[in-house]
Amino acid sequence: MFGDYALLLVGAVLVNNFVLVQFLGLCPFMGVSNKLDTAVGMSAATTFVLTLASACSYLTYHYLLLPLDLAYLRTISFILVIAVVVQFTEMVVRKTSPLLHRVLGVYLPLITTNCAVLGVALININKAHNFIATLFYGVGAALGFSLVLVLFAAMRERLVIADVPEPFQGAAIGMIAAGLASLAFMGFAGLVPS
Amino acid sequence: MRVIHDIPGGIHPPERKALSRPGQLRELPLPNRLVLPMRQHIGAPASPIVKEGDRVLGGQCIAEATTSMSVAVHAPTSGTIVRIGAHPIAHASGLDDLCIELETDGSDQWLSHSGVTDYRAQSPETLMAHIQQAGTAGLGGAGFPTAVKLLARERGPIETLIINGTECEPYITADDTLMQCEASAIIEGAQILAYIVGAANIVIAVEDNKPDALAAMTAAAGADIEVATFPTKYPSGGEKQLITILTGKEVPRGGIPADIGIVCQNPGTAVAVRDAIVHGKPLTHRVITLTGEALTSPGNVRAPLGTPVETLMEFAGFQPPMHPRVIHGGPMMGFALASLAAPVIKTTNCLLAPTPDELPLPQPAQACIRCGLCAEACPASLLPQQLYWYAQAKDQQQLEKHHLFDCIECGACAWVCPSNIPLVQYYRASKAYVVDARQEKQRSENAMHRFEARQSRVAHEAQEREAKRAERKAAAAAKAAASGEDPVQAAIARAAARKAAQAETADEPGDPS
Amino acid sequence: MLSNDPLLAALLALLSLGIIFGALLGFASVRFRAEGNPLAEQVNGILPQTQCGQCGYPGCRPYAEAIVDGDAINKCPPGGEDTIQALADLLDVEPLPLDAEHGVEKEKLVAYIREAECIGCTKCIQACPVDAILGAAKLMHTVIADECTGCDLCVEPCPVDCIDMIPRHSGIAHWHWQLPSKTTGIIASDRAAA
Repeated sequence: MFGDYALLLVGAVLVNNFVLVQFLGLCPFMGVSNKLDTAVGMSAATTFVLTLASACSYLTYHYLLLPLDLAYLRTISFILVIAVVVQFTEMVVRKTSPLLHRVLGVYLPLITTNCAVLGVALININKAHNFIATLFYGVGAALGFSLVLVLFAAMRERLVIADVPEPFQGAAIGMIAAGLASLAFMGFAGLVPS
Repeated sequence: MRVIHDIPGGIHPPERKALSRPGQLRELPLPNRLVLPMRQHIGAPASPIVKEGDRVLGGQCIAEATTSMSVAVHAPTSGTIVRIGAHPIAHASGLDDLCIELETDGSDQWLSHSGVTDYRAQSPETLMAHIQQAGTAGLGGAGFPTAVKLLARERGPIETLIINGTECEPYITADDTLMQCEASAIIEGAQILAYIVGAANIVIAVEDNKPDALAAMTAAAGADIEVATFPTKYPSGGEKQLITILTGKEVPRGGIPADIGIVCQNPGTAVAVRDAIVHGKPLTHRVITLTGEALTSPGNVRAPLGTPVETLMEFAGFQPPMHPRVIHGGPMMGFALASLAAPVIKTTNCLLAPTPDELPLPQPAQACIRCGLCAEACPASLLPQQLYWYAQAKDQQQLEKHHLFDCIECGACAWVCPSNIPLVQYYRASKAYVVDARQEKQRSENAMHRFEARQSRVAHEAQEREAKRAERKAAAAAKAAASGEDPVQAAIARAAARKAAQAETADEPGDPS
Repeated sequence: MLSNDPLLAALLALLSLGIIFGALLGFASVRFRAEGNPLAEQVNGILPQTQCGQCGYPGCRPYAEAIVDGDAINKCPPGGEDTIQALADLLDVEPLPLDAEHGVEKEKLVAYIREAECIGCTKCIQACPVDAILGAAKLMHTVIADECTGCDLCVEPCPVDCIDMIPRHSGIAHWHWQLPSKTTGIIASDRAAA
């Protein structure tokens, strides 16, 4: 049983990586990966939001919506849950690190519209995970997102000072690098049967 | 038998030592003119204590040390001071600097001097004072004031004195020649130095490409001084690298060898110390290698400090090729002289005059191909490629994180680079940039404190003025209340009365004013 | 009852969710209130503290606060490109070239009073923002070179115009190696660009 959960985690982090394989959450991925410190801050914030939001979504679905036969309201109520969690996170970040708050800027409240967060919540329902599995899946998705964000930020820091031909400088070489990284991650396909 | 360790990286450039015939030492005939710069070493420049027109004797002090990190300059021979002013010097910038120009009179009269009879009867402090007064600086190439280096004994116990006879740079054979010709003087100097720093062990380090020097030093050393040899590699002669080779220990980052109980000195410095202590003779001459295929008679000469390079080039039969270059120092760490009128100084160990075929001019640099050969060659285990990228980006934080200041500027990375990138120049420029940035930061913090102090002082003064004004106003109001009259009306009444009195006196007859 | 009236059930469910979350956020906003503006402090630390006013603000701290509020980072000539780059790194914005409207980057200068012409009026002493001028009324004034930031504010008030701005660094003691030129000079277009 623990093996199943471990496989679920590995699957979420590597095989079905949310950013590079499932192509969710690309907006903060490209927008916040300029510097390593910012990327680490963003990953921490998203991990916090993802874990909390997937747990709260599960509870909301199973203890409020299902008993009242309101399963069709799950999308809007999950959005409500995520918005509240993000708002809460923003308050905590502003208090603990004003610099991170200023640097993340608009990307912090945009975690609300991060399709990866809503995606995790909905996919958990689709796959009929129990509570533990939901948590593992949420944490795995967050870890996968953080891994890719940090790797990509490190790459972009080096790209900035490298000798890139002028037409490719900036976002262009970033996109190409992201595509290549995506190709690399697709090499994990088949590692975990899913 | 000492265990010899290996340093990481390193290169094996062609040695080309035989060209300068090590072991044969010639004396340079006295030049007509000597130019002595005030800046011959690391630290603050010396300050002239003679004036134009003065006659000086050999060994006379003509410029005194200005700070503790400064070294005096002495006249190498007798003559007249003809000029004190700007003169081209041997510096990578090609700029001029303050120099004392001495016209020699040919008689080579010397100030009488005598040393101490038994140095063991003196305290180390007294001996260090003699060394300081003799103008001794490190003759290995860096030029650190010797007396300051010996102060390292105060940092902690010194166990080992190493005499650095490695001379790993190609072409240079000055130390090799000195070791072959004056082995006993070096040993004596080493013993004096060991006494001063309190070292129990002396090790003479000679690379294995100098068998004659090794034999000479072993013969002179005797039983209790160890002569160690090790495989030839550039840059084994760097202080930190040599210590690792001989002892396996590493000098801590940002520290000095004295932190691990070791002091290194060049053999030429040891001889200079012996001269200063035993004979009371200041540092006025040194052995210089004149080499390169553009010279018809290359070799090692003992020349007085301040000899213009062109005099030495003439002595060695310089045949300038189409693009003449004379390099001060060796091919790895030296620099091309801007003017041959520049004089040799305490740190001049070699003058290299190559033909363009021998040492081609630098090729244009190409793009870095990230091959990583530079990292393999670095003796300090740094990442030259990363330092190169961050130097271009002027990223101070990352440069410091990659230990830019541990670079010894040996040039091994630039030598292996297939794209001919002048890596060492990037690191030197970055070091200057980072030091500058730190100083600017210090200045701006200082300025901020002064500004805030001024703001508070001005605010405080304004506050005091306000308080005083309020006080006076209150006092006036109190006075008015006490006397029961309006002070304004009273003042008007007084003024009217005074006017009336004036009108009266003006009306009196017989007063024309 | 609720199962018979799905619309009511839906409304009640969402309403109750909203109330619970609203209360939570209200509590959080009080608990995690952030005080002050420490970011302005960090920005001020990067600015060169010449207090010259060339940026249009009366000193460095007002400009730092304006930057935090969103003003452009390229208005400081004494700071030059290095300051703009440092601000861009801190705030994760694009580094812009120095705004020529506010001045150009010059070499570092210090003020020098020609003592033969000084009349001892103290106007320059009052103007200096860092108290780098020594002197008193009817006595000689002189600039303490180590404290002078080169801000230029003393030159205007002097009624006899006896203050010169001279380069701070000159001569061999301040010479240092320059970065090699970036272009390789192999192909003609590189040489033309150099």
